[in-house]
Amino acid sequence: MRAAAPALVAFMFLAAMPLLAEFWGGSYVTGLIMRAMILAIAALSLDLLIGTCGLVSFGHAAFLGIGAYTAGIAITEGTTDLATILGITIGISVLFALVTGAISLRTHGVTFIMITLAFGQMLFFTFSALSEYGGDDGLTLWERAYAYGLFEFEHGLFYTIFGLLVAIWLLLDRLRQSRFGRVLLAAKENSTRMETLGYGVFGYRLTAYVIAGVIAGIAGALTANEAEFVSPALSAWQRSGDLIIVVVLGGVGRRSGPVLGALAFVVLEEGLSSLTHDWRLIFGPLLIFIVLFAKGGLASLFERRQA
Amino acid sequence: MSSTLLLIQLLNGIQLGVLLFLIAAGLTLVFGVMGFINLAHGVQYMIGAYLTVWFYGMTGHFGAALLLALLAALALALFLEFAVFRHLYDRDHLDQVLATFGVILFLNQAVKVIWGPTPLVISPPEFLAGTFRLTENLNYSIWRIAIIMIGFTVAGLLWFLVTKTRIGMLVRAGATNAGMVGALGVNIRRLFMIVFGFGAMLAGFAGSIAAPIYSVEPGMGDGLLITAFVVIVIGGIGSIRGTFIAALLVGLVDTLGRSTITDILKLFLEPSAANQIGPALASMAIYILMAAVLFFRPEGLFPAQGRRA
Repeated sequence: MRAAAPALVAFMFLAAMPLLAEFWGGSYVTGLIMRAMILAIAALSLDLLIGTCGLVSFGHAAFLGIGAYTAGIAITEGTTDLATILGITIGISVLFALVTGAISLRTHGVTFIMITLAFGQMLFFTFSALSEYGGDDGLTLWERAYAYGLFEFEHGLFYTIFGLLVAIWLLLDRLRQSRFGRVLLAAKENSTRMETLGYGVFGYRLTAYVIAGVIAGIAGALTANEAEFVSPALSAWQRSGDLIIVVVLGGVGRRSGPVLGALAFVVLEEGLSSLTHDWRLIFGPLLIFIVLFAKGGLASLFERRQA
Repeated sequence: MSSTLLLIQLLNGIQLGVLLFLIAAGLTLVFGVMGFINLAHGVQYMIGAYLTVWFYGMTGHFGAALLLALLAALALALFLEFAVFRHLYDRDHLDQVLATFGVILFLNQAVKVIWGPTPLVISPPEFLAGTFRLTENLNYSIWRIAIIMIGFTVAGLLWFLVTKTRIGMLVRAGATNAGMVGALGVNIRRLFMIVFGFGAMLAGFAGSIAAPIYSVEPGMGDGLLITAFVVIVIGGIGSIRGTFIAALLVGLVDTLGRSTITDILKLFLEPSAANQIGPALASMAIYILMAAVLFFRPEGLFPAQGRRA
């Protein structure tokens, strides 16, 4: 339970956030935290690939784009039912993950990084070409999805995102400890040995790739509803890079890693940019220091103290 | 499209390819020899361009500015190697990506603070400025031709350096098995530093000669960096010959794609549809090329001998 403790503390803190925001920061703070939670969901899904499978995808933001554009286009065209939107998002994500995964997983190492980047960029340029839906400039949504009255409550959207975050965290945690997750971890150590033992490593990895894609797709659909704006930049390679940073910052393959990483990333970005306009002059060296002196990311800091 | 226009696009494509080669050559050597993913390589290109503009303002002489910019870019690269990169060589790729991304953030912002966010412009040296008559009714920039010539010369020199000299032999040996080279008594740290400094200087040089034709602005190296990665993966990591061919290929595909795909699509699509799909498809072209190459040859077109990807 120890490795999960920081995440559980973070969840309790998040659950209390709308109440705390009443006293300090108001909707600015809840908006910020919603963005952090969506980022955490996307990072959790990427960590399933990086931490559990050892597959560094540099095109994971493609799925954010799929989810966001599905929601954006559906709402613009008048289909606002949340279940329908999520259903279509999941369907397209599964399809895209199956096709690109089946091709990408034939490669490994740096080639895998680059081929996932290629697929991500292809999607990015596809979204940029959707001129009926904003093209390069992006698409502003005039309403949110209809979630059976849920979003009409105060903080309804906040707790929907929060609930999904906790559920997905639990699901991926169980998955990692299941037989399925152990096969993936073992294949990360030595895939040849697992093949020899009779496991179809390709099939396991493709399944993981599809699961990760679907979860990131859901994160994308949530982004569209939270920001009420969708743009191709969501699936640009810089966004995929951000997701990798969040995962490494939090701690690769650690139970609390992606959640801590996402919170730290958003808080650092906002905190530093409120200090100075040139916040990157601080954030850049900070990243370097974290890599050089905090191996294993933020999550490992907590673990070491407890050991 | 007329044949003159096509000729111009061909030349532009080769010129882009040459620039890509100058950037990618250092990237592929650093990656092939040291197994080090350096995202900050594109920033070296930007620094080269900025320093050239800056020194040009001080000296008023393009050649002198170029030389000073190269030396300054080299000094910066060696400092970064000493302060940051040296400690990352035996880390995994993820750590390298993260730390070098930190360097990008810092230097892009630093450039913005020092020289401001507006793009700077600089003109090429006088005797190479202007245009010459390509065909009866079309002129072409002399400077672009000069870039192509310079690029081919550097490629030739690099080929000589890597295949015919002792240091080149060590570099090739290092790309195959760095540990073994070290065990045979070569100071591998020093070799790494030379390769790194040299690669960074080439990227800076690319920035210098690109400064008169592209706008010099913060972040100008980021997009080219990704394209340079596409080049080295297509060419086969660690291979100079592969990088050269892949750079020209990517330069041509990108340039010709942007100028012809929309017109080709108009042959069998509605013009409005072609106008929409064309640009997107043109931007994607190099990624489609890369995905196809990797699908059939995961090691790239010309993998360095004895190296396992």
